[in-house]
Amino acid sequence: MFVAVASFVRAETPVRVVSVNVCTDQLLQLLAQPAQIASLSPLARDPRSSKLAQEAGAYPQNDGKAESIALQEPDLIVTGLYTAKATTEMLRSLGHRVEIFPPAYSLDEARDAIARMGGLLGPEAQSRADSLLAAFDSRLEALKATPGPRPRVAFYYALGNTAGSKSLAGDMMAAAGLTNIAIELNRPYGGALPLEQLILTDPDLILTGQPYDAPARATDLLDHPVLKATGTLREIKSGASWLCGTPFVLDAVEELVTLRLDWSARQ
Amino acid sequence: MKPLLALSALTAALFLASLLIGYSPIPLGTALAALFGAGDPLNAMVMQDIRLPRALLAALVGAALGMSGAAMQGFLRNPLAEPGLIGVSASAALGAVLALQTGLAAAYALALPLTALAFAFGAVLLVVLLAGPRGASLTLILAGIAISALAGALTSLTLNLSPNPYAASEIIFWMMGSVADRSMSHVWLAAPLILGGLGLLLTLRGGLDALTLGEDAAHSLGVSLGSIRTRLLIGSAAAIGAATAVTGAVGFVGLVVPHILRPLVGHMPSRLLPASALGGAAMLLAADIATRLILPERDLKLGVLMAIVGAPLFLHLIYKTRREIG
Repeated sequence: MFVAVASFVRAETPVRVVSVNVCTDQLLQLLAQPAQIASLSPLARDPRSSKLAQEAGAYPQNDGKAESIALQEPDLIVTGLYTAKATTEMLRSLGHRVEIFPPAYSLDEARDAIARMGGLLGPEAQSRADSLLAAFDSRLEALKATPGPRPRVAFYYALGNTAGSKSLAGDMMAAAGLTNIAIELNRPYGGALPLEQLILTDPDLILTGQPYDAPARATDLLDHPVLKATGTLREIKSGASWLCGTPFVLDAVEELVTLRLDWSARQ
Repeated sequence: MKPLLALSALTAALFLASLLIGYSPIPLGTALAALFGAGDPLNAMVMQDIRLPRALLAALVGAALGMSGAAMQGFLRNPLAEPGLIGVSASAALGAVLALQTGLAAAYALALPLTALAFAFGAVLLVVLLAGPRGASLTLILAGIAISALAGALTSLTLNLSPNPYAASEIIFWMMGSVADRSMSHVWLAAPLILGGLGLLLTLRGGLDALTLGEDAAHSLGVSLGSIRTRLLIGSAAAIGAATAVTGAVGFVGLVVPHILRPLVGHMPSRLLPASALGGAAMLLAADIATRLILPERDLKLGVLMAIVGAPLFLHLIYKTRREIG
């Protein structure tokens, strides 16, 4: 009986896992045995998108196309909800096991994703996930307990969008002790915020992402002289930490706490 | 001169309305005081650095497109000649995108309008040479389709190749145009070239009037076709190039405005040129006010509104000239 259970567990532990999404790439890198990883997504080596871009160099890369992924004969494919839906459907219809990780909209959902990936990858990954989560919880507690005043903050990114309170970024801001202006503007899901409305809301801090090397009108808006003139503009350095529900979100929360303390020291 | 006075008043009223209508309600008196830096510094910032450049650009770009359209139509003696339709705006947009994406514009700010100007010049030159002095409609429209398609495709290609993932999303901006969230630096960049181009086009007034009598009559009046053509090329390229470099390609202004104003100024090109500049400014200011009133949070593009007004008129003009097209 014991032998039967052991062999059952072994059969359930996937040995060739393919990831097609930059968020599942990082969860896989954190939790799987290196030998379990068959290939990672094209973005896995992009330092703007992945916190583990450097480490991803050690693994094969796929091109995100159903044809080449099927040829790798994976026994588990992990992907995001919005990553090439047609590809996902094709792989499913070819009889592959595809697990979809929807984007995390809160720190709790980020926790859930870590736990779920651990469960999918077998007992060793499971215990690794458990210890990661324990460390996650205690670090988050410590960050949340940082004292000091709570400034009113706008997170303003490309295309003039602002982060809503009901988003991962909004949850991270709340955990860092920042008051998101999206709440007073009654925009729980964020969205496009006209520049003049942002200015008139008069936030204590305006957070933006790091600029790209090449220009685009979408990101040029962040260089608008008015934003500079407010003197409240701060550039977020931990860009890749914001994208996915991984333990790295706490690096971003920590950067926000540092920004908050720096702001209150200047008051 | 009456139509010009009325148009000036209309443009001035719409300019004021454009300053006073925004995404956030600012009371009239506060807004006007803030425009001159009085009162709450936040309001002053919004009025001086966000709304003022927006209204100025709408007026300048509208004037550039309106007068260029009138001048081209006067020279080619064809009401279908319009910067957007004959591919001049699309070419200017390609030039601007190339200047931005190659980093030329970052190294040397004036490179942005100047590259757009050079591309616009190439397109006007090509169209004028292809269509000939009589401005045959068929050649004009076919050349316009080809130039617009090529310039649009190369603009898309350039933006798709950019390492910035947001670059591809601005294809629509370059094809449809918008004055949203532009700053005073864009105004300083574009205004001198636009005003210079308009000044040059204004010198064509007498020549274009003479040309309405036919080339031979114009020649006997001492009008040089070559000189008119050179000034038209440089003037319209400067105005459209600089305008497109900062606001993208806004279509149909140069078609609609001269068409509406022509009967009001007695079909005289000399009076149509300044009237079309004012009319273009008024039309673009009105369109920009509409983008903020209809879908305030969607950054509706100017070209969308202009096409809704302009495309039916374009069809009407084709219908009227269909005998010539055959």
